[in-house]
Amino acid sequence: MIKKEPSMDAQKDLLAGYFARLGRAKDEGRPVVYTFVPGNLVELMAAFDVAPVYPEVNALQSAMRQRSSGFIREAERGGHSEDVCSYVKCDLGMLAKGNVGPTGDTIPPPDLLLLSFTGCFTFMKWFELLREQYDCEVAMLHVPYVGDGVVTAAMRAYVVEQLQREVIPKLEKVTGKRLDLDKLRAQLARSRQAEEDLAWVFKSARHRPSPIDAYFGGVYYIGPIFTSFRGSEDACRYYAMLRGEVEERLAAGLGPITPEGSLGDEKFRLVVEGPPNWTSFRDFWKIFYDEGAVCVASTYTQVGGTYERGFRHDPANPLESLADYCLSCYTNLPLPQRSRILADMVKEYEADGFVIHSVKSCNSFSAGQLHMLREVERLTGVPGGFIESDLVDARYYGQANIKNRIESYLQMLHARRTGGSVPPPPRPERVHLEVVP
Amino acid sequence: MRLYLGVDLGSTTSKAVLVDDDERVVGRGITNTRSNYDVAVEIARRDAMTDARLALALRLLGRDGHAVAEAFWVESDLHRLEALRQTCRATASAIPGEGPRLAPAVDVILARMADEGSTLFNATARSRGSFFRDIVSARFHALAEEQCARSGVDFERVLGIYDRAILDAENQLLDLPFVDVFAASVDRAGLHGERREAAIAVGREVAHAAFDVAGFVGTGYGRARLPFPRDCIRSEILCHGLGAHAMLPATRTVLDIGGQDTKAIQVDERGLVTSFQMNDRCAAGCGRYLGYIADELSLGLHELGPLALTSKRPSRITSTCTVFAGTEIRDLLAVGEKREDVLSGLHRAIITRAMSLLARSGGVTDQLTFTGGVARNQAAVNALGDMVKAHYGPRTINVHTDSIYTGALGAALFARRGVPAEDLPDAKKECHGCG
Repeated sequence: MIKKEPSMDAQKDLLAGYFARLGRAKDEGRPVVYTFVPGNLVELMAAFDVAPVYPEVNALQSAMRQRSSGFIREAERGGHSEDVCSYVKCDLGMLAKGNVGPTGDTIPPPDLLLLSFTGCFTFMKWFELLREQYDCEVAMLHVPYVGDGVVTAAMRAYVVEQLQREVIPKLEKVTGKRLDLDKLRAQLARSRQAEEDLAWVFKSARHRPSPIDAYFGGVYYIGPIFTSFRGSEDACRYYAMLRGEVEERLAAGLGPITPEGSLGDEKFRLVVEGPPNWTSFRDFWKIFYDEGAVCVASTYTQVGGTYERGFRHDPANPLESLADYCLSCYTNLPLPQRSRILADMVKEYEADGFVIHSVKSCNSFSAGQLHMLREVERLTGVPGGFIESDLVDARYYGQANIKNRIESYLQMLHARRTGGSVPPPPRPERVHLEVVP
Repeated sequence: MRLYLGVDLGSTTSKAVLVDDDERVVGRGITNTRSNYDVAVEIARRDAMTDARLALALRLLGRDGHAVAEAFWVESDLHRLEALRQTCRATASAIPGEGPRLAPAVDVILARMADEGSTLFNATARSRGSFFRDIVSARFHALAEEQCARSGVDFERVLGIYDRAILDAENQLLDLPFVDVFAASVDRAGLHGERREAAIAVGREVAHAAFDVAGFVGTGYGRARLPFPRDCIRSEILCHGLGAHAMLPATRTVLDIGGQDTKAIQVDERGLVTSFQMNDRCAAGCGRYLGYIADELSLGLHELGPLALTSKRPSRITSTCTVFAGTEIRDLLAVGEKREDVLSGLHRAIITRAMSLLARSGGVTDQLTFTGGVARNQAAVNALGDMVKAHYGPRTINVHTDSIYTGALGAALFARRGVPAEDLPDAKKECHGCG
């Protein structure tokens, strides 16, 4: 029996409602816009009342329901190699099989492909492939790579100009409506409110024991705000509810909720880099909580907005705020800054260690992670752990291998903490082992 | 005597090491890992206990002790051979119709092997890293060919009986009374008169020496299967680091290439792991890969290295993928490459992959100790030496003669260090001398 809190059911209902509404979008006359999570312009889309579709969310949701393997095989039958991003193949495979989404609702075809390019080159190729499939408008928002870690005024102006000249006109064209700036400001104000609560939730992990798992629990927390709910009343209610629950856990001195109940004994505090594996998400999580390891911070929960680090949407400067949001997404940051963020989190959350989960089929994000590992070790003096699998391709996930690495890593941290001694093992009489020779 | 047991349940071999309070190794046992992990571990553990008693006997008996200890293992194997004979008999007899004709043929073969016991199971055979099954299987095949040719019995049927029986026989836990086996060993060692009497007395004494296992730790690929509490299980990465450091204290990097995985480990001056990298889900380039190669070339695993060392011009191998290994070898042999050159290339390919893990773990800055089954392969050791020198400059590469026990030793040391002195029991266990 999986243990749940009310916010988890609320999150599930939000998601189910989203897919159901999506299935009705065409009937209701709402244009459909495909876009990606990092740097998504959901407040702008909501101001035009379009239905957003996030292909990578479809992929991960399909994977969690054990449906991605079939989609990937379908894409590979169509000629895509084993090494291509598994999100892409999952999406293309799903498309080839009738575009039935993870909840069984059919995903409608796009009226607009809105590509806000934030660090992942594959996104561009992905939409090129979709452009082949669909005869629809394409809007490309080129978000400059923040190569030296600083968002400049010129970068911001460049993005704002594209919003004005490219993105908004395309949205106006497919919807037949003019942009309602007040509506956009209202969306952004609600985003800000939800972001405030979410940031508080993530910061709660500074306490000992942490009341949340900021990675495995965190991926549930970011679901609504990273996708179509940011700026909605639903999101404000959800994050207020979540915050209330976490406040209660904190007051009660409880550890994070896991599928098997509250974690009682926080033995290790970890920071995690990289997305989780979705095909074996529960098993992956179990490796950690079985060992009493709590993820107190993660970078993956910042790919759709760096709220923990202070970013907030600003209704007073709507387009500039959207530009800043896109520019500051974690995926758009260079290796030195990613390393610094990790190092800062190790210190801020008083982590015992950090683990990098490298994704086989994601070259754009995984390249350089070993370099980051060494750099974070240098900056913090804390040794890092390294594991490899994939996002939604089950073939690359090896439970025994990952379990071995994580257990070894945690034992290494423990041995360093204790100077090589280990907890006294139980007396042999207590176990099944012949001791009389 | 207080002892601490370390068990390393590897994918290919299971090892057990016993250390005393001073962290000295007092007993070791090794066997091939079978489908039945529990039995493999128990056999290794019992052998380690027996080894510890024989080590005591050796101390008391001096030179005679060596001969008796060697004879002891021959006696043990002969008991297992007898168990195999009984199983073969039962298996053959159960075959309808042909049973009565097959059973005597198989029995004759095993009787001949029992007669050859002293040479068949001697220390030289063991030192080649062969286990009971390897030794017995090779000889059975040879004798079966002779016997079947002579008696007209179907060779394949005889082998079929053996193949079924050996699985049962090697998975039997034989309860051999140490005192009796020791006494038989004294006679096998040819001791007479007072020397015989003295040896028999020592056998009785060491059989009743109180061994108290005060702590134990399990490790290895199959450690989750060990019947140990969770607190008594350690990762083989930590155990290999600590074990290698205990064997060779200047070790700062450990490369372990085992049957299923390859690990590059960095340790500090205390033997504690500071960093490690291991292969991902794909086991390309691990010990199992060499096993497939050996099968592909119809060679014994131990023959690969020596043959590779005769190469003058190593072939260029593109893949260490176990799945494609056979294809690649056949392709190369088909275009006229020599077997030794292909093998030399394969060894280099394995080490090239290991070099990547070494680099990822932090490189080779000081002495490197090579462990795991592949470390017993000289061609792999040479390739490693060449590549480490090329990448990092001159470095000492250690391969300890007992490297196969590295993980089990590390586990035993963790067991020792996990028991504070004040917690150690005073009460000695009464030993029943059953070895």
